[in-house]
Amino acid sequence: MGDRIKLQVARYRPEAESEMIFQEYEVPCPKEWVVLDGLNYIKDHLDGTLSYRWSCRMGICGSCGMTVNGEPKLTCATFLSDYGSGSVRVEPLRNFPVIRDLVVEIGDFMRKLTAVRPWIIRKQDKPLSEGEYRQTPQEMDSYKQFSMCINCMLCYAACPIYGLDSKFIGPAAIALAQRYNLDTRDEGARERFGILSEHEGIWGCTFVGECTQVCPKHVDPAGAIQRYKLSAALETLRSFLMPWGER
Amino acid sequence: MNDSPMYTKDHPRWLRSRVSTYWWLERSAYLTFILRELSSIFVAWFVVYLLVLVRAVSQGEGSYQQFLEWSRSPAVLFLNLVSLIFVVFHAVTWFNLAPRAMVVHLAGRRVPGVWIAASNYIAWVLSSAVVAWLLLGE
Repeated sequence: MGDRIKLQVARYRPEAESEMIFQEYEVPCPKEWVVLDGLNYIKDHLDGTLSYRWSCRMGICGSCGMTVNGEPKLTCATFLSDYGSGSVRVEPLRNFPVIRDLVVEIGDFMRKLTAVRPWIIRKQDKPLSEGEYRQTPQEMDSYKQFSMCINCMLCYAACPIYGLDSKFIGPAAIALAQRYNLDTRDEGARERFGILSEHEGIWGCTFVGECTQVCPKHVDPAGAIQRYKLSAALETLRSFLMPWGER
Repeated sequence: MNDSPMYTKDHPRWLRSRVSTYWWLERSAYLTFILRELSSIFVAWFVVYLLVLVRAVSQGEGSYQQFLEWSRSPAVLFLNLVSLIFVVFHAVTWFNLAPRAMVVHLAGRRVPGVWIAASNYIAWVLSSAVVAWLLLGE
């Protein structure tokens, strides 16, 4: 492995280009450097005009997701040394409009995330004097995996369905809705049912499964969607057989 | 730098790229998915083939012999061979995905995914053994 590596970085400057172009930069490649370190080196030493998002550098903030050699990756968790002496191609996340260079427009995801109401909904809050809402470890286990989502949107970049039909609510938003549906403290499943059971909700998913493969936090959005399909089908059957039941 | 920047009313023009018609060739997982979807056609063909067989049997010996002759033709043999490959692919890929969709708890513990997939395979082997016994057991 050499001590330097070539980064081919996608550039799109709306005032200068109508299409994406690639610029090549040579950066140092110590074994502890990740792709984000390479981009920071370019920004600090080679080309200050490069635009990209990043914040925590430790796989928590979810803002540095990009396409690295064709794969959706968190650039803070993708080591340059894993690519040997070859070059590394860095592009913006797929399936999103590009604002500039490696910065994508995420408004669509933010709107969908809000639409599924990813917070604890109570019909009536307990008074403080009654104490906290308690849960057993088993109850927490049922949703904990889905609560690990960091909204990095790698799953949207890997999902061909979202690429083909941007109305699809998408993997992370559905997984987060399931995170609250499965939480014993939550009473909002009925409020989420409407948007999740639409055609653009869970039924838009054809179980390609790549969302789960690329997820850096092992959330398994594909699993969440398939499990919700079963719940939604049972719920529809229940309301058909017992139309007088609680709605 | 270009002197006439392409600004829209509220912000600079966003770059939107269309998904290629051949997106399913970009990753092996996408190709597997498309082949799995395509396999449904061959599953449907086996259902139709079975219905034609049942109809032939119900119409008597002559009709059944005619069906067997037709089934021996190279085109039908080839179609059935391709269908068998796709149906096996269909079964294997769905069995492997089953643990993602099914969460089963036994005695308060979640059953590991490999057991769920294994139970599907075991049911497949057992039902195939029953069919083989019915056909070859005499």
